[in-house]
Amino acid sequence: MPSPVRLPLLVPTLNDIRSGQRARIRRHHARGAVRQRLMDLGLMPNVEVEMVRSAPFDDPVQIKLAATHIALRRAEAAFIEVFDDAS
Amino acid sequence: MTRPDDLLVVLAGQQNAGKSTLFNLLTGARQHVANYPGVTVDKQYGEYRDPSGRVRTVDLPGTYSLTSFSLEERVARDFLISESPDLVLNVVDASNLRRSLHLTLQLLEMRLPVVLALNMMDVAERLGAQIDQEQLGRLLGVAVVPTIGRKTEGRDRLRQVIRAQARAKQDAGREAEILVRYGDLEPEVVELAELIARSPGLESFPSRWLALKLLEGDEQAVKWIHTRLLTTDADALLERAALMRAAFEAAHGLDVTDQIVACRDRVIARFLERTLRETSDGSPTLTERIDRVILNRWSAPLFLILTVFLIYQISIVWGYELTTYTWPLLAAFREVIASLLPSAGFLVDPYVRALGLWLVDSANTLLNYVPIFLILFALIAILEDSGYMARIAFILDKVLHRFGLHGQSTLPLILGGVFAGGCAVPGVMATKGIPDHRARMATIFSVPFMNCLAKVPLYTLLLGIFFVEGKTLMMFYISTMTIIFALLVAKLLTVTVLRGQETAPFVMELPRYHAPTLGSVLRRAVDRTWIYVKKVGTIVLAVAVVVFTLLQFPGLTSERKAHFEQRGHAAVALFQDALAGNPYLAALQDATLTDLVNYYDDYRRAKLNAKSQAASQAVEARFQARNPEFHPFVTPPAGDQDARAASRALRALASTRTTLRRELREETIVHSVLGRIGRGLEPLTQFAGFDWKINVALLASFAARESSVATLGVLFQQDADTNASLEERMGAATRDAGATSLLAVSLILFFALYPPCLATTIMVKVQTNSYAWMLFSIAFPTALGLTVASAVHSVGLATGATGLQMMTAVYFSALALLILVGLLSGRSRPQAPEGLLARAASRG
Repeated sequence: MPSPVRLPLLVPTLNDIRSGQRARIRRHHARGAVRQRLMDLGLMPNVEVEMVRSAPFDDPVQIKLAATHIALRRAEAAFIEVFDDAS
Repeated sequence: MTRPDDLLVVLAGQQNAGKSTLFNLLTGARQHVANYPGVTVDKQYGEYRDPSGRVRTVDLPGTYSLTSFSLEERVARDFLISESPDLVLNVVDASNLRRSLHLTLQLLEMRLPVVLALNMMDVAERLGAQIDQEQLGRLLGVAVVPTIGRKTEGRDRLRQVIRAQARAKQDAGREAEILVRYGDLEPEVVELAELIARSPGLESFPSRWLALKLLEGDEQAVKWIHTRLLTTDADALLERAALMRAAFEAAHGLDVTDQIVACRDRVIARFLERTLRETSDGSPTLTERIDRVILNRWSAPLFLILTVFLIYQISIVWGYELTTYTWPLLAAFREVIASLLPSAGFLVDPYVRALGLWLVDSANTLLNYVPIFLILFALIAILEDSGYMARIAFILDKVLHRFGLHGQSTLPLILGGVFAGGCAVPGVMATKGIPDHRARMATIFSVPFMNCLAKVPLYTLLLGIFFVEGKTLMMFYISTMTIIFALLVAKLLTVTVLRGQETAPFVMELPRYHAPTLGSVLRRAVDRTWIYVKKVGTIVLAVAVVVFTLLQFPGLTSERKAHFEQRGHAAVALFQDALAGNPYLAALQDATLTDLVNYYDDYRRAKLNAKSQAASQAVEARFQARNPEFHPFVTPPAGDQDARAASRALRALASTRTTLRRELREETIVHSVLGRIGRGLEPLTQFAGFDWKINVALLASFAARESSVATLGVLFQQDADTNASLEERMGAATRDAGATSLLAVSLILFFALYPPCLATTIMVKVQTNSYAWMLFSIAFPTALGLTVASAVHSVGLATGATGLQMMTAVYFSALALLILVGLLSGRSRPQAPEGLLARAASRG
């Protein structure tokens, strides 16, 4: 199965959020299994997540939503668009 | 045979919801593991009795959802559809209701009878969540049972609810209200559901659920339609669904799946508004506080190294010390078997004895590792249950990912023996949890390169002969080189043969820390060790028989046999001449000479093993008691000249006998099938410096690594009298044959890269579900090992380098290659920086 074409997004993504900051998810640009898994874990549009930290070698990153902690690679985080009102 | 009161109860739930603990609570010890048909997903099942009858219980794989995207979800879904259980016990994490209820809604849409087990209520309460269980049950239309999985008191109550609810569902039929309406998509769902309900052949499916799946474009649902309907009907139905999907997505600019998930989420939010009160004060939880230290950028690697070191120290080092206490038990077992088997002949032992002892030895080498594995598996279970294993994957994913592996490859690699001890069998077994298929395959093929415990004796042997001075350095090279090779091999395979394999993202929950329970840790440690003993044991014993046969047959020609017999008779004649007129000859009148020589050999062995003065005296006493007439032959009374002469003659006879036996055995092996194969391979292996004896040992070691040293032991047998260790014997014999430290390095490298043992390749077959990959797991390392060994030996010969120099060269070349590959792989994934650049450009 060929992997989907991955172009750099021109919009703010979860990958751009610094440790300790929060962001609200706008939409997913990943498809298929990745998208499904992210949704299953509760990463749905309009949900607010907190970037907790990145791993010792900078990748993957750890995010928190409600009571759940999730680890995902930066490659995946770069396909989660967030609202540009990160504070 | 299913009686009407027998039930089939299925446990479904998300990972980390405490499903397995609840399953253990329900079924107790009566449970089994099998595979679901055709796939490598574990099927855990058990059963219990309640006052009304038997209850069969199946623990489905943990899933977040029921799509066809992952193997686990497909397996779980198929099982639910095809077995239509009497009850689904949906285990949910009470502290994470919002996410958990998505699965509940899907189960209800499948028209399954559901009971909700609210697990981890204690955790939820600690986090400040209060749940109105009755209200939640009313809203969902299901019974709700609070459970605290780790405490046993709730068992009878849970069983009662299961029985009552299963009965209630039977009485009420399977009508339930529709909980989720899908907004703008609802008309399409209703229309398609009606079409499905009217299609003959699809009655067994819940129509509304199947309609949703077809709108989502679920691949497996499409397959079901094709198999259940006539081609024209199927095409019509699927085309209708596809048109609906396209129209909806065009009109609303929204994925059908997103719409479905969002609608479910809205319903859940509405339910939770009325049932859940959260009074969290926002202070960090214990898990978050621990993670601040454990996952801290600077201290995380330290904790990781400490953990791996502790695993190594406790299981391998201390476990090995433990085997010094368990080995005597196994040795005693061997003695018992030896005494039961027919006793040894003068030159040739009865086959029953030879084969029996060979089998006992093979089994013992394996059982010797049991203490180590018990400890190792218990520690691994603690890591898994505590939640730290997921963190290890988080910390190491970046490094492993560069070489085509996955954060979750860590556990298999640790089990395989990252430093100096492990076993590829449980290692390959543990790859099951890796969600990325390509990384999983790469892990399966790189685990056997780790230092399996059974490789260690050969290393120790060779280092003892050839590297008395550089031993520490060599051991360091060997134990760290394995991971270098494994990573390089993983990378090589990923970009070549595994190129087309499916990959998956790294998206993983980091579960809460919690203290493992003793019962669950012990159960898993014993279970996994038992699997090891059973799987490996049977295979090793079977192969031991084959190797034994290949080493024995076709045997010697009758001429050669006669030749050895004649020399044996000559030795006996010499003994009898020497004892002519000696009163001690009388002792032999009613006993055969063979008994006396066996007595002498046993005595010598016992004396060698007796380490102290007291033990030595005990041996004397024991042999005096065993046969008082033979005893003067081995320990002549002081001043008794006749006894001295008899003893001397016996020693000469025993020595000749041992020599004859060795020559005979060696000649048997030379002419045996395996010996011929070993000789036949010499042209191929000569570049690596291996002669036929080494070839035979390597071939035999395929059965189990342990046997390589044992086979070498047979091939380099010396007269028992010379009393030299295998190191000395092999050293002398190989040095005579021109062997050098270079050959040793060539052999060590080949052994490090050599194919996994037979048990591991069987496990590869089980895990990949393919004989082709199993053959690959044998052929590839053999070719690689032979190439590297030949290159090292040839270059070493040409340049006159010593073994240590060549080893250093190989080690640092491999290390340099590793760093180079690592850096290059890092550069090929520039997504994040480019994303930022593009964004900056678009703004500027």
